[in-house]
Amino acid sequence: MESINAKYVSQKISKTKWRPVSHSDLQLPEIFATGSWDNEDNRISIWSIGSNLSTGMEDGFEGDPQLLCEHKHDGDVLDLQFLDQDRIVTASSTGAVTIFRHHQNSQVLAFEFLLVDPEVLLVQTISVSQLWARAHRYPCDNAPCTGVVCSSPEIVTVGEDGRIVVFRADQEGVVRVIENADSSTIHAVTYLRTTEILTVNSIGQLKLWDFRQQSNSPSQILSLSGDRVPLHCVDRHPNQQHIVATGGQDGMLCVWDVRQGNTPFSLMEAHTAEMWEVHFHPTNPDHLFTCSEDGSLLHWETSSHSDMPSFLQGGRNSSMVSRSAMAPAGGKQPLISAWLSGDSSKGRLETTHMLPSQTLSVNSLDVLGPCLVCGTDGEAIFVNRQVPV
Amino acid sequence: MEEVDVEPTITNIPAISDGKHMGFAWGPGDILVYETRYKASGASGSGCSFIHEIRKDEDIYSPILRKLFNESHHIFVGLQTIREDLPSKSKKPQFVSISKNYRSVIRACMEELQQVAVSTKNTELATQCGNQVSILLAIELIWNLCEVLFIDAAPAGSLLLHLLDWVRLHKADVDEKAREVLQSESPAEHRDYWDVVVSYVLQGRLEEVRQMLVKQANLQPAARSMYKQMDTLLSKMPFYNPGGTQTLTEFDVKWRHWHEEVDRCLQDNSFASNRHLELICKILLGDEDTLLDHKELLGTWYHFLVTRLLFCHPTVKLTELHYYAQSCMTMFLDSRSVPEPLDNILLAAFEFDIHQVIKECSIALNNWWFVAHLTDLLDHCKLLQSHNLHFGSNLREFLLLEYASGLFTHHSLWQLAVDYFDHCPEFGRVYLELQIERVPLETERKALKVLRVCEQRQMSEQVRSICKIMAMRALRNNRLGSALSWSIRAKDAAFATLISERFLQDYCAKGTFSDLDLIDNLGPAMLLSDRLTFLGKYREFHKLYGEKRFREAAKLLLSLMTAKIAPQSFWMTLLTDALPLLEQKEVIFTADQTYELMFCLEELTSSLNITASSTDRPMQVCMSSHGLIPFHTIRLKAL
Repeated sequence: MESINAKYVSQKISKTKWRPVSHSDLQLPEIFATGSWDNEDNRISIWSIGSNLSTGMEDGFEGDPQLLCEHKHDGDVLDLQFLDQDRIVTASSTGAVTIFRHHQNSQVLAFEFLLVDPEVLLVQTISVSQLWARAHRYPCDNAPCTGVVCSSPEIVTVGEDGRIVVFRADQEGVVRVIENADSSTIHAVTYLRTTEILTVNSIGQLKLWDFRQQSNSPSQILSLSGDRVPLHCVDRHPNQQHIVATGGQDGMLCVWDVRQGNTPFSLMEAHTAEMWEVHFHPTNPDHLFTCSEDGSLLHWETSSHSDMPSFLQGGRNSSMVSRSAMAPAGGKQPLISAWLSGDSSKGRLETTHMLPSQTLSVNSLDVLGPCLVCGTDGEAIFVNRQVPV
Repeated sequence: MEEVDVEPTITNIPAISDGKHMGFAWGPGDILVYETRYKASGASGSGCSFIHEIRKDEDIYSPILRKLFNESHHIFVGLQTIREDLPSKSKKPQFVSISKNYRSVIRACMEELQQVAVSTKNTELATQCGNQVSILLAIELIWNLCEVLFIDAAPAGSLLLHLLDWVRLHKADVDEKAREVLQSESPAEHRDYWDVVVSYVLQGRLEEVRQMLVKQANLQPAARSMYKQMDTLLSKMPFYNPGGTQTLTEFDVKWRHWHEEVDRCLQDNSFASNRHLELICKILLGDEDTLLDHKELLGTWYHFLVTRLLFCHPTVKLTELHYYAQSCMTMFLDSRSVPEPLDNILLAAFEFDIHQVIKECSIALNNWWFVAHLTDLLDHCKLLQSHNLHFGSNLREFLLLEYASGLFTHHSLWQLAVDYFDHCPEFGRVYLELQIERVPLETERKALKVLRVCEQRQMSEQVRSICKIMAMRALRNNRLGSALSWSIRAKDAAFATLISERFLQDYCAKGTFSDLDLIDNLGPAMLLSDRLTFLGKYREFHKLYGEKRFREAAKLLLSLMTAKIAPQSFWMTLLTDALPLLEQKEVIFTADQTYELMFCLEELTSSLNITASSTDRPMQVCMSSHGLIPFHTIRLKAL
């Protein structure tokens, strides 16, 4: 916990996202974007945790995130994704979908009469590069756009209006709309494969959509049995695309195998209130992170390849063993994921609280490499640069 | 009526002209003022159509002060969780550390404001920040003193050390000046040199004094022995060591010895040839006139007080403070006519009059943040027990409610207020109930957050109200599925019935069900209302029919009528649905079931004859997915 930096930012943070790092150079993530909500003027902001800033900020000790630039955002930022290194797509409560562009121009300040080295200043700006107003709407009102996912140049958005809309960053119009994709609110969306997406809704369903098909109905519906607990977030295992994790209103973490069965593979008690986000670690998917309205951020770790009992794996404080509610259905796959192998010999799954006591909701988290960032309703951003993965 | 403590301040509203009659309405953190239509006789001109919003507390809208509110909220919540039943001895260090946390948050805010004030080019903003810095400075000064006197309540000996720290912390300009002097080419000849030395002496920072004097001694080899003597005096001054083994009496004896030694030096004119050293010597003796000659270096009467205590009464007790405080203030302020509010607040603190401190602060400051948090902390220290207000609850709760209500008027900070209301046992819940319903709900996400607040506190009335708002909104936007979900969440049977009706109407109009994903997954929620049960069961019938499970379908269909689950207005549609089952090659309805079916039809036709014998009911056409049989054919067959 010592490695966590907290910064109060005077706005409630609804979304945080690392800027992707290019694969060629093995860089550590340095820049992230945040979106605010419930403010009179909401903003999208770009921050840096890099130490070699030449923007002339002499204060701010090592590791404190520094604001690079920000831009006004109409409505709450309900979701935010990086389209590529410089472009950010946001989903707004006004129903608009916006692409922002982050410019970094190096400017050489010429000091004609000075004998010092010219100072190179990075001028950071952000501007709107494309806007689809009222992408989500009712006949006579705006409908909040609740989620966005993109795989450049394609952008898929979902909303309270139950529609799924597909855009392309290089086209002005709408590529495809699935009207009435859901009778209730779609809370989140993610890609399963390049042509397939997954949506979760407010009546506890997980729907698979195949864009190769022209039909406007889902190719598969999975649901929680019985109690219709709304699902708020979804993430796909980065390597094994049939494994999906969702988080719901009751704070329960569900792991699904979309290839088999229409009900979750396992249910785990995680939080005491809405789980707002769930993320597999992108390169080390045995680790998973969740955050919740109850003000906690959990780090889940499943031990895949070792048969070592968990008590030999080093003491981590405040860890607890979670209950795995369902037994697996005869796993005979040659390569079984740790998330599905859960014959729950107790202690295969360890959870750790990652934040000091916190009372207000943790709305968003993102993890990349050893770095984790999260934002809260307490108007704070937490950055941890040494996540043990 | 009670007298007012201070004359109310007058706020001029620029847009309103003289002689107009004004009306107003109280809000939780502001007042709305408008021009009435009343006209004095002879007056003319049209009224102004504006409503003016007048706010006392602007600080809540300062982005930097928002950090103060957010961080202190966290500390506040932590304080409330300290267990009541712990022995007070183990709680005291916790309270002191919480008090320090609050102060460090104030300090952080102050530093940030200071930075903005210095770096901004906007003069208005700079002034505003500058004002806020000075307010925060005063707040921190008062808080720190309260911490020393009330929360820590140090015993004699330690008390003076705490007071010294307090003065040193708030008179930091000495260090700045000292840096300037030391960085100059020849510090000992700098014109501020002696000011710095004397300031250090006044603050009891004798190590620094000795280091400074060495520089002067090096310049004056002739006077070296005199400087040496002063150095010895300074190094020998005893300071109480609270952690040590020395008792207070032992310290007192030692201190008196030292005091006499200083006095001897003054009497035998050891320093007579150097007026600076003689001055220092007089200060060390605590000579009042000498101290008062250096008012500009002391700056404030409370610095004077602490310096006087340091050199005259180092073993002062808490209970004796008020006597010295009063006299020091009078001595120090004689030239100035009226003490300022800050002086009165600090004096009240020295006099141990906590209520006076809080009252004066409430009047002098324009927001409730400070008094609410300080009072809460003092209340936890059991320092406010006996005091109850003749209105509302006790002082702590009253102030917390005021502060939290202010937060609730803010479009974004309302979430913080919830926890404050939670810790107001008497009226907190009522306040929360009234306020939470008025939070505007722009998105479902926000509605869910508000709902969570209500559900955690079993505020079922508010839960119902919020769900109803969301359900109505969904209905208005023709989102039946969402509307139904919200009314199921609220367990609002009447509304669920209404929406089920809409679903059935839609079905009758279009012949297909909309929102199948929802209706097929109702589960136990189906039992919320009769009509919803019927909707779910009727859809189940369609499913069975679609799966060609005719016998089960027929049984279900019949039971919908015989068990009176289906509203009678829908029976004709159900009977129509029975037709294709009757027309199947194999027999599906048993004889008994057919009789029951006939009985239902008779019951329906007889009731129809009574109610609508003359008027032609609109023909109910049913084009369900499995058959296309207009209404009249069934009549033909039945008759």
